[in-house]
Amino acid sequence: MKRSYLGEFEEIVLLTVAVLEGAAYGVSITHEIIEQTGRSVRLNQIHSALERLEDKGMVKSEMGEPTAERGGRRKRFFTVTAYGRRTLEEIQEVRVTFWSRLLIRGMQSNELRVMS
Amino acid sequence: MKTSKPPRWATWLLEAFAHPDSREEVQGDLLELYAYWVETVGERKARWRYWLNALKLMRPLARRKPATHYSTPFFLSPVMIRNYLKVAFRNLVKNKVYSFINIGGLAVGMAVAMLIGLWLYDELSFNQYHKNYDRVAQVMQQQTSNGKIYTQSAIPFPLGNELRTKYGGEFKYLSMASWEGEHILTYGDRKFSKSGCYMEPDAPRMFSLTMLRGSEEGLKEPNSILLSESVAKAVFGEADPLNKLMKIDNKLDVKVTGVYEDLPYNTTFRDLAFIAPWDLYATSESWIKRARDEWGNNSFQLFAQINDQTHYETVNKRILKARYNNVDESEKKFNARIFLHPMRDWHLRSNWEEGVQTGGLIEYVWLFGIVGVFVLLLACINFMNLSTARSEKRAKEIGIRKAIGSVRSQLISQFLSESLLVVAVAFVLALLLVQLSLPWFNEVANKRMEVLWTHPGFWLLGLGFSLLTGLVAGSYPALYLSSFEPIKALKGNRYASRFQTIRFVSIPRKVLVVLQFTVSVSLIIGTIIVYRQIQFSKNRPIGYSRDGLMMIQMKSPEFYGKFELLRSELKRSGAIIEMAESSSPVTSVWSNNGGFEWAGKDPSLDADFSTIWVTHEFGKTVGWQFKEGRDFSRDFSTDSSSLVVNEAAVKFMGIKDPIGTVVRWGTDSRARSFKIVGVIKDMIMDSPYDPVKQAFYLLDYENVNWIDLKLNPAKSASESVAKIEAVFKRVIPSAPFDYKFADEEFAAKFAAEERIGTLASGFAVLAIFISCLGMFGLASFVVEQRTKEIGVRKVLGASVLNLWGLLSKDFVFLVLIAFGIATPIAYYFLHGWLQKYEYRTEISWWIFAASGVGALTITLLTVSFQSIKAALMNPVRSLRTE
Repeated sequence: MKRSYLGEFEEIVLLTVAVLEGAAYGVSITHEIIEQTGRSVRLNQIHSALERLEDKGMVKSEMGEPTAERGGRRKRFFTVTAYGRRTLEEIQEVRVTFWSRLLIRGMQSNELRVMS
Repeated sequence: MKTSKPPRWATWLLEAFAHPDSREEVQGDLLELYAYWVETVGERKARWRYWLNALKLMRPLARRKPATHYSTPFFLSPVMIRNYLKVAFRNLVKNKVYSFINIGGLAVGMAVAMLIGLWLYDELSFNQYHKNYDRVAQVMQQQTSNGKIYTQSAIPFPLGNELRTKYGGEFKYLSMASWEGEHILTYGDRKFSKSGCYMEPDAPRMFSLTMLRGSEEGLKEPNSILLSESVAKAVFGEADPLNKLMKIDNKLDVKVTGVYEDLPYNTTFRDLAFIAPWDLYATSESWIKRARDEWGNNSFQLFAQINDQTHYETVNKRILKARYNNVDESEKKFNARIFLHPMRDWHLRSNWEEGVQTGGLIEYVWLFGIVGVFVLLLACINFMNLSTARSEKRAKEIGIRKAIGSVRSQLISQFLSESLLVVAVAFVLALLLVQLSLPWFNEVANKRMEVLWTHPGFWLLGLGFSLLTGLVAGSYPALYLSSFEPIKALKGNRYASRFQTIRFVSIPRKVLVVLQFTVSVSLIIGTIIVYRQIQFSKNRPIGYSRDGLMMIQMKSPEFYGKFELLRSELKRSGAIIEMAESSSPVTSVWSNNGGFEWAGKDPSLDADFSTIWVTHEFGKTVGWQFKEGRDFSRDFSTDSSSLVVNEAAVKFMGIKDPIGTVVRWGTDSRARSFKIVGVIKDMIMDSPYDPVKQAFYLLDYENVNWIDLKLNPAKSASESVAKIEAVFKRVIPSAPFDYKFADEEFAAKFAAEERIGTLASGFAVLAIFISCLGMFGLASFVVEQRTKEIGVRKVLGASVLNLWGLLSKDFVFLVLIAFGIATPIAYYFLHGWLQKYEYRTEISWWIFAASGVGALTITLLTVSFQSIKAALMNPVRSLRTE
């Protein structure tokens, strides 16, 4: 409630940016997400997600050096801001809390495990 | 790897349409991905994916990157438009009176213009239901008699065959026709009185009737009848009408061979309920049988469709002498000329004067078209006047907007969008008004119009006009006010600049007010004169008494030979005081005849008279008034060859002592002699606007078509009618009891003029209303501007009367100028209009004076409301503000 809302896809992108540690730009993020999640993503989705994240102040970006393979064009590298990192941690905390309660209950009753 | 390049088109698209802020990295990413795809999935798929991605990365599919710095002003940025709309609505709500005047006035003006537009459309599309609209014509003729050229649609019987045999190459279809009239249709014991016509078998094709049952060939059978859809339904209900047997006028047996779709209301034949074969008509009565070879008997109509390759003019030239070549030597002097009257002119151009077409309803099409344009113009003038006047109050707003960075194009678009908004609201309101007032308008105009919701032209015109009004009205504030210098506007220095602008702006504004009142005053004068003309004609002495005068047409043979029985029965019942029969209804003349001779007649005079055959008591029934001599009387057996003539006849014949004059009719062995026994005052039977034609009244009990009844004034009309109906049902059970009242028929003669009067007065009221709205708004604006001045004047000792005079003077002056312009214009047009009428009212000076005083009074009332309010204001208050 306190933090700004983060969509599922945005969260994945944000995580990817964090994981890539400074090497995050459009193509590398796309490849990473395809590899890790197996879902098909398009470049435009990545770009708009990054723009939204930047709007919310969870990532920041700067232009890199020109590279030959891109026809001399620069890459825009993204890094997670402190606010972005805190948001990720909060999300994680909330999930952990829920999971721990679920696990405790799961030990108490076998039925639930059968059902799930 | 570098060998394959991405699709150039897609690259170009991306270059052109990607958002500038992120174009570089997007292009780079895509290029990198492309290389990757070529390696992994092959070039074909890679190209495809490149295309797809490039498209999706273009604007507006890709999200705009929010600007981190101030955006450049964009002409149509949504935020600003939202702001303009908000400010516009706030302005409208803040000045409720102005908004009402502005929107209401414009809506009324638009509604009037739309109604008139619909009316014009209806008039101009008259008869266009017929597919052969451009090729169908009525055959007419012109003849010269006593030096005058007469034009008529009645032609002789043999002309049809003559055109068919000798000039057949010019025509595709030809059809003789009887006059459309009421006939009795009988099916079993059910009787209907319906309007119908006898025509030749080609007629359904020529008029492109839509056959719902049976075929267009239906009239080829000798004893057949085609019914209109509504009549078929009324007679047979849901049953199949085909091959059912009916009777026309209780004497002609016919079989239904077809049903056609009802003709729409804006066609000449809209009332045509049935068509029967011409051949049946031609053998139905002895006088028609005789007429088959009579070139002198003009009693029929002829319709024609010309061939596809030819033109009316060509055909006209060929058939010119078609009748002249066949008439007797004695009739050659009339020089009959046959010509075609095209269907497209039937409705709008049907007036003839001295052989020349002089218009007809087309004049009203023009007149109302002009009125519509003017009313709309008035509304637009108001709208422009008020919006420009009001916009000057917004100089501060403009100053602030400019100070915080508005550029001129933004201010222009703001004012334009504001006026477009108001016009749009007015347009919607006008549509609503039209929809609501259409039933009333249809009744007044005798039309069945509908709003052309689905007609693209209607929308194109309506929206185009709205757009134009909005742009024109908004252009002054948009262009002029946006040029203000912000500092001056904010400092309140605008008073200085406004005094210059007032002089500059107020001249056109004054011109517009003058124009408005010119139109209004002209319409007032017009309305008064139209009404006076109607009243004048109504008050004309008609020469008989139409009170309680009832007329019944003798439509079938059963009516004849029962005169004495009917008369005695009806008189005994007490419902009537007298009964007679006549060949024409009292309110119309059905026959004219020539060939009369008398002692002292000018040999060159064509002796053409209205001839009305009547029974003995006709005079007593209708109450005609004698000037000389006596009425027909049963006491004189010689009266079967007596004549009663009217005053016009005495004058026409040029005889000093009419009583006893012998008149011979006819030249051959059938010639008869009559003696004039009485002279009556002129009876107006035909048009109340024309002079009464010379008429002979002859005694006859056979050649009559109408029963005339004078109801007993001591009894109520409904009581008498019930009694009369009972007698008729007993004496003539097979005929429907169908009656008319002379006063109603007489009143119907004024319908056209009254319609114009009602419409003209309606438009006049609206025009004045709109003008006053404008004046009211303008007055309050002026008063507001001069609040301080009025305060100072009051402090210095001006009285309320002084101030009232000061403020009203300007407007009164403008209205006086308008009156000066309107008077000659109105005089010119109305003088022309009145020339159409032989009996016409005078255009007296008091009409102009009255409308001038009226306009002035209205002006003063409108302006005084504002000026007195301003004059009564406490000067302390008005001086302290600001």
